[in-house]
Amino acid sequence: MQPSSAQTPPRANLAGWLYVSPLVIVLVPFFVAPILVVLVASFFATDGFGGLTPGFTLASYVEVLHSALTLKLYLATIKFTVLTWTFTLFIGFFVAYFLVFHVRSQLLAIGLFLLCTVPFWTSNIIRMISWIPLLGKEGLINQALLGTGAIGQPLEVLLFSDLAVVIAYVHQLTIFMIVPIFNSMARIDKKLIEAAIDTGASRFDILRLIVVPMSKSGIALGTIFVVSIVMGDFFVVKVMSGGGSASVVSAFYEDVGVLQYPTAAASAVLLTLVLVAVVSLILRTVDIRQEIAR
Amino acid sequence: MSVVLADMPKADMSETVAPAATKAIAPSRGQRPWTFYVLATLFGLYVLALYGPMFCIYILSFQDIRGGLVFPMKGQSLHWFVDLFTQVRTGDVKGSFDRSIKLAVIVTIITVVVSFLAGLGFRKRFRGDTAVFYMMIGSLVAPGLVLGLGTGLLFQALGLNASWYTSALGAQLSWTLPFGVLVMFAVMSRFDHVWEEAAYDLGASRWQSIRLVMIPVLAPGLVAVALFGFTLSYDEFARSLQTAGSLNTLPLEIWSMTLNVTSPSLYALGTMTTIVSFIVIGASLGSIVLIQKKRGSSAKG
Repeated sequence: MQPSSAQTPPRANLAGWLYVSPLVIVLVPFFVAPILVVLVASFFATDGFGGLTPGFTLASYVEVLHSALTLKLYLATIKFTVLTWTFTLFIGFFVAYFLVFHVRSQLLAIGLFLLCTVPFWTSNIIRMISWIPLLGKEGLINQALLGTGAIGQPLEVLLFSDLAVVIAYVHQLTIFMIVPIFNSMARIDKKLIEAAIDTGASRFDILRLIVVPMSKSGIALGTIFVVSIVMGDFFVVKVMSGGGSASVVSAFYEDVGVLQYPTAAASAVLLTLVLVAVVSLILRTVDIRQEIAR
Repeated sequence: MSVVLADMPKADMSETVAPAATKAIAPSRGQRPWTFYVLATLFGLYVLALYGPMFCIYILSFQDIRGGLVFPMKGQSLHWFVDLFTQVRTGDVKGSFDRSIKLAVIVTIITVVVSFLAGLGFRKRFRGDTAVFYMMIGSLVAPGLVLGLGTGLLFQALGLNASWYTSALGAQLSWTLPFGVLVMFAVMSRFDHVWEEAAYDLGASRWQSIRLVMIPVLAPGLVAVALFGFTLSYDEFARSLQTAGSLNTLPLEIWSMTLNVTSPSLYALGTMTTIVSFIVIGASLGSIVLIQKKRGSSAKG
């Protein structure tokens, strides 16, 4: 156990701050200040042409909270978040489980793991538009289904729909589940599983009583990534729904486009509060800092 | 992927897998359990879905002038790549490509240096370390577009001009630094303090122990941080949108193309940027493997 900060000598405090000072120097003007600017702007009045009048009014919040659209946007965002989370968790968990417990060669497991991570380092936008030749009205899937006679008309629901949005999210974000879950699973002591087998546990019991509880921190970390990215996204929703669906941030983007800064800022502040609530709820179940550094 | 990249060199993990333990879940020899085949199928389908669509657009970008956005392939040529650089309607691809590479290099250098120092700082507790840690997590999970707008408004309020090398640089760092520091956490957790103490015992100064002991030992981890810095910056979109000023970076160029270009030149641009990404990924992973190999052979010899 490391000593608590109350007991650390002043020298250690100074050295610690010196080392993290470059990080703080970047994050204060480019994270803290912009958030404060948005917070302040949400209380300003606007002339409707992009001009901001300094002042304090709750008009923007009243407008956002009274709008029926807000509820609709949040419901849509929550729907996308829950669907994406479910699929990424399912696929991510079992891909990690396969790599850790079923691939016999460690080197092969790491190779397959890297195979999963390589697309993460390429452009998300390109990976998203790459679904067009597959899902489109004349895309491969429709061609194949028409060819086998399974359908008489091309399915239009495949592209530019909510389905396409969820597919694109799952495609991009499953890696955020695989990596932390793989990490926690790889750290499970194999002796524990050995002991469970010796005491007569079935494969399912081991999964339920050992693997899932011990992967909890990985699942929590992956959940934070997936939830915060989906809730903060506007791009996938805008392109993959073909303009048919909207999310909280895509509405924010439209507001900014027509220079409605205070309304946009108020909705951004609300979203941030919701995000903070969700993330801190998840963080209560696990101390990530310890998990990461372990 | 952070932690595992740091883990990758440690191929000794296989030794920890006790034969009896693997028996119930996946026997290390003999017949595999039925779950292996089910999960292997799931894994195969996942990888197929991961790469399949990408390869579709690479293939489709090599069509000739009759080419469309979907299969079947119409002819083969480099027409759409030439089109990309010669047509005015697709915008300033060359300029934005140039800017994106320069910006990514600057971001990479800053990310490696700052993350390394922060990684050193976070090894010991200090007053206020939790606040800094949560500031970093906040910067990571905050919606990029909102942060970008805030940064844009801030520059406006201060009377500064937004440009790719000032406001967009900062906005991208607010995204790459948290990743870099998280990777450093994983890397540092595997650093044995004995080496550092040995350096001090031999009379090394703090700077000498960093330069001569820590940096060489942590080199693979630092390469991983650089890989994150470069690729996250090179593909960054949401935070740059309101901060890049009048000159586009490459992802912004692609974004405007998705809205108004309906020819395979969009795919050609995708193929081109992915080639750059693959070169960077290959060089990074390759150098990590090389460093490990060199280390392994010098340890044996």
